[in-house]
Amino acid sequence: MTNAPLNAPRRGQWTFTESICMFIPGTSFYKTMRARNARRGVLFILPFITGFLVFMLRPLLQSLVMSMSSINISQTDWPFVGLENYKYALSVDPYFNQYLVEEIPRMAINAVATLVISFVIAVILNQEFKGRTLARAIFFLPVILASGVLPGIESQNEFYNMMQGLAQEVANASGVDLSAALEDLLTVSGIGGGLFDILFTMIDSVYDIVMASGIQIIVFLSGLQAISPSLYEAADVEGCTAWESFWKITFPMVSPLLLVNCIYTIIDFFMKNDNRVMERINEVMYSQFRFGESSAMSWIYFGIALLFIAVSAFIISKGVHYYED
Amino acid sequence: MKTDSMHKPAGKSFRERNRQAGGYLLVSRAKRITVSVLRALLLFGLCFMIIQPLLMRFGTSLMPEKDLYDSTVVLLPRTPTLDNYRIVLTLTNFPTSMFNTLWTSLLVSVFQVASCTLVAYGFARYDFPLKKFWFGCVVALIVIPPQTIATALYMNFQRFDIFGIFEAILGKPLNLHGSLSPYLLMSMTCMGLKNGLYIYMLRQFFRGIPRSLEEAAYVDGCGTLHTFVRIMLPGAMPTIMSCFLFSFVWQWTDLFYTRNFLATSARPIFSTELSTIVSRMSRYFSSDASKPIIVPAGRQQQLISIGVLICCIPLIILYVFTQRTFVKSIMLSGTKE
Repeated sequence: MTNAPLNAPRRGQWTFTESICMFIPGTSFYKTMRARNARRGVLFILPFITGFLVFMLRPLLQSLVMSMSSINISQTDWPFVGLENYKYALSVDPYFNQYLVEEIPRMAINAVATLVISFVIAVILNQEFKGRTLARAIFFLPVILASGVLPGIESQNEFYNMMQGLAQEVANASGVDLSAALEDLLTVSGIGGGLFDILFTMIDSVYDIVMASGIQIIVFLSGLQAISPSLYEAADVEGCTAWESFWKITFPMVSPLLLVNCIYTIIDFFMKNDNRVMERINEVMYSQFRFGESSAMSWIYFGIALLFIAVSAFIISKGVHYYED
Repeated sequence: MKTDSMHKPAGKSFRERNRQAGGYLLVSRAKRITVSVLRALLLFGLCFMIIQPLLMRFGTSLMPEKDLYDSTVVLLPRTPTLDNYRIVLTLTNFPTSMFNTLWTSLLVSVFQVASCTLVAYGFARYDFPLKKFWFGCVVALIVIPPQTIATALYMNFQRFDIFGIFEAILGKPLNLHGSLSPYLLMSMTCMGLKNGLYIYMLRQFFRGIPRSLEEAAYVDGCGTLHTFVRIMLPGAMPTIMSCFLFSFVWQWTDLFYTRNFLATSARPIFSTELSTIVSRMSRYFSSDASKPIIVPAGRQQQLISIGVLICCIPLIILYVFTQRTFVKSIMLSGTKE
């Protein structure tokens, strides 16, 4: 911030007495500019505060309580059962465990791939070339096409999945499946390995990844646009190659956005409708009416998501470069 | 990214200049051409991947049922027909559900964007106690999945009360189910679909506007609200519009909040109609409503695709008209951390 703030000294620091006194007329602090501005600020964010307390915090606590009680819809009092529901979710429910173990590595790989691909696409879309407007318009389309009910609805249909499986087999038999052929080739020639397996899973789900990276591309692009061209010019004059200036300028300047995007991507993948863990939770809730158990499941799931976010935030924050102008 | 013409001395051919530069010109030109060809290939491939399912859906949607089983028919129908559209429109209660979707999405997103703008401005410009804490709550709002609190919210609205006020007046808590009010209340208080993200985006934008603009307004005697409405809002309009577009589009296709709060049998909403289309299909095709027949999977899929297309078409048209401002505003909001 180059401009002088409204109240330059002690910005952001509030003593306890000050925060109380600013709301009480008659105290000496009440009439100061600082207190007035603070009251205005609180007034502006008041909708958020009420909303958060009433429609987020309260249900959140209730759902935590629900996950620890045995719930019967017809009764009004729910006996407290402690961690019973969590035990049910992890050891009794036949599918929850299995889906969790299967889906989480897949999502982790996809999240990393989404970040990388959206960054690459953003860098490309930031360059000058013919038809850039059209390309941008097309790449933002997934924001519309991959939202809400639309992506889930076609994978829900079991018959359709079966048909797709058949089509895949036919394609394999006739030798059109390029990625499988390449995979075979590499395995036979001895190059294949764990890393390649991961790579191939990424390539196979490239459609999902591109469809999931609309917002991320937008965020990265806005970051790239904010880099001043004079930096590149200076680097060019000093004899930097494009490759060097990418790693020394572009990457560090965009790295703060990496964190935002990473969190967004993880949440996005965890909350997708076509995710089998989510499906299972919904099934337990809406078809079996086991509200306590389903709450426990969603808390476990949410806990894992938080863990992922915490770990990746920790890793990324090590490498993030904050640029102050 | 320099072009040859920048350094072109008059009257010398490319070959000659290349020879003078010791082959450097040729190498750099070859590099540039390779890069742009590779880039074009990559972009074309990815764009095609995004567009192709849409085109295929459109092609299939025009096929009569017979063409679906004909393996010689791939993309284009042999005898194009609009019958499928007619069926899907009946199945999804078309004019009613679309109209309902339109006005609820509009109403909800106007409320959401208005409240998010206010809150974002508060966060961007004012200094008050616990600011960091509340902003942490905004981030939490982005992170916490609504599914976690779905059941609790549902029950809350079944017996809605604020500190026992309604119970004291009416004798019983309000049941807000089956009305729009729960979700409107949530939208007014920034608790709608992905509202944390809009607050974040708008706050980033407001932080980028120089403070001197507001200070000038204050000096000239503008009040707080006046400054906000007259000085800040006009400048923020592109960003607000793109938030509004996000909000509108996501509300349009949303299933989660819609299923829980907005849709009732009296007020069908397109996204919920679409999600239950399969069960209604079999009833539609059987001549006797009590004995539903099984609709073949391919046919089912075709009709679902048409539903998805119908759902997308208004959004795509909207997008085509607004994408220029939309893309520009996103570029404007050049995020500064």
